[in-house]
Amino acid sequence: MIGILDYGAGNITSVAYMLQALNVQFFISHEKKVLEKADKIIFPGVGNASYAMQKIKEYDLTDFILRYSKPFLGICLGMQLLCEHTEEGNTLGLGIIPAKVKKFPPKGIIPHTGWNSVHYQEQIIFKGIPQDADFYFVHSYYVESNPYTIATCMYIIPFCCAVQKDNFWGVQFHPEKSAEYGKKLLQNFVNL
Amino acid sequence: MLKKRIIPCLDVKAGRVVKGVHFEQLKDSGDPVELGYQYAEQGADELVFLDITATQDNRKTQLEWVKKVAQKIHIPFTVGGGISTLSDAAAIIESGADKISINSAAVKNPDLITEIAKRFGSQCVVVAIDTQRVDKLNKVFIAGGKVETSYLTEDWCKKVQDLGAGEILLTSIDHDGVKKGFAIELLTDVAKKVSIPVIASGGAGVKEHFLEVFQKTNVSAALAASVFHYQTISIPELKLYLLQHSIPVRYVQF
Repeated sequence: MIGILDYGAGNITSVAYMLQALNVQFFISHEKKVLEKADKIIFPGVGNASYAMQKIKEYDLTDFILRYSKPFLGICLGMQLLCEHTEEGNTLGLGIIPAKVKKFPPKGIIPHTGWNSVHYQEQIIFKGIPQDADFYFVHSYYVESNPYTIATCMYIIPFCCAVQKDNFWGVQFHPEKSAEYGKKLLQNFVNL
Repeated sequence: MLKKRIIPCLDVKAGRVVKGVHFEQLKDSGDPVELGYQYAEQGADELVFLDITATQDNRKTQLEWVKKVAQKIHIPFTVGGGISTLSDAAAIIESGADKISINSAAVKNPDLITEIAKRFGSQCVVVAIDTQRVDKLNKVFIAGGKVETSYLTEDWCKKVQDLGAGEILLTSIDHDGVKKGFAIELLTDVAKKVSIPVIASGGAGVKEHFLEVFQKTNVSAALAASVFHYQTISIPELKLYLLQHSIPVRYVQF
């Protein structure tokens, strides 16, 4: 059973529909007592970082996430919030991944929107997906390269597009919107 | 490398897909969910659904088909037509659309762009702009291309970016349905002036037109309807052709 952490800031519908397509059981909640029943948690997100962190605090989820020991996947903003700090609204993140989130330098079209190649260093959630396959991105801030980087992407500069530290996973792209390969990645996460 | 996107556009009227020349003479060519699914399978990078009747008839976009599209298709899609308030936009996004597009409503109430961007993020807000040459100037038109506004297209593009738009979908009415190529000069100019992605629309007739727009302008994506609906151009062939001419596109062999 997958718990989708709904903190009222992100587009959770697409993640829910992708899990439906995978025939995976899931529920949506922001309550600790309910989320505790999940085998894994997906932390999706599109939206504003400071608003999202404010919501996490409001729902008293900070310690719950920090202490979580089962597989946890942050998507897009969800990945960024696992980091220490983001320039978006000068917001402190959860600090699980020792990395900073920065705005892309204004040397190209922002947001980084569209399909871009993902180069992974470790299989696990990329198992069965070709190296440098395209995934769908849409973001203006990026996670700096860090010791937990498991995949990189190139846009204006090289940046970290997937991380893993212990049970915590994060992807900058949207697997729920990345057709077959995105489906495969979520299936791999579900199978962990 | 970031890929150039190919986007089929499905104009929807009464729940069916239609496409007319110069926004008139509408022809029926299919179910939005089925057509959208076919395109996703063929390798379309994204889909745009425009409810072309919604603005004129003051009808709200029906959300049932939006939900069905979101359930069946796992690539990004935009829904436009009849969105005039934040709550209209919210209802569509909550039904599963990734982005909404606003056109006439943005001209009438530019603050709407900012309101939607603040609530859902700029990446959700596509401002669709219909443009036409009038006395050697590019002017913005609304109400399905029927009403001329006082805005110059280049100025309006810059303004929507400043207000928080995440993308611009620029349709040249002069080129739309004519199949003689995109509005290269205008697109070159607009893509230079703004720093958000521009989607070229209007004029695609053959594969060479897509190559031309990607070679000569800095647009991020190209949108077309009838050439895809009537299978004049197949998406896999188009992408292979673009790849052979060194345009980066997402090509998936199934």
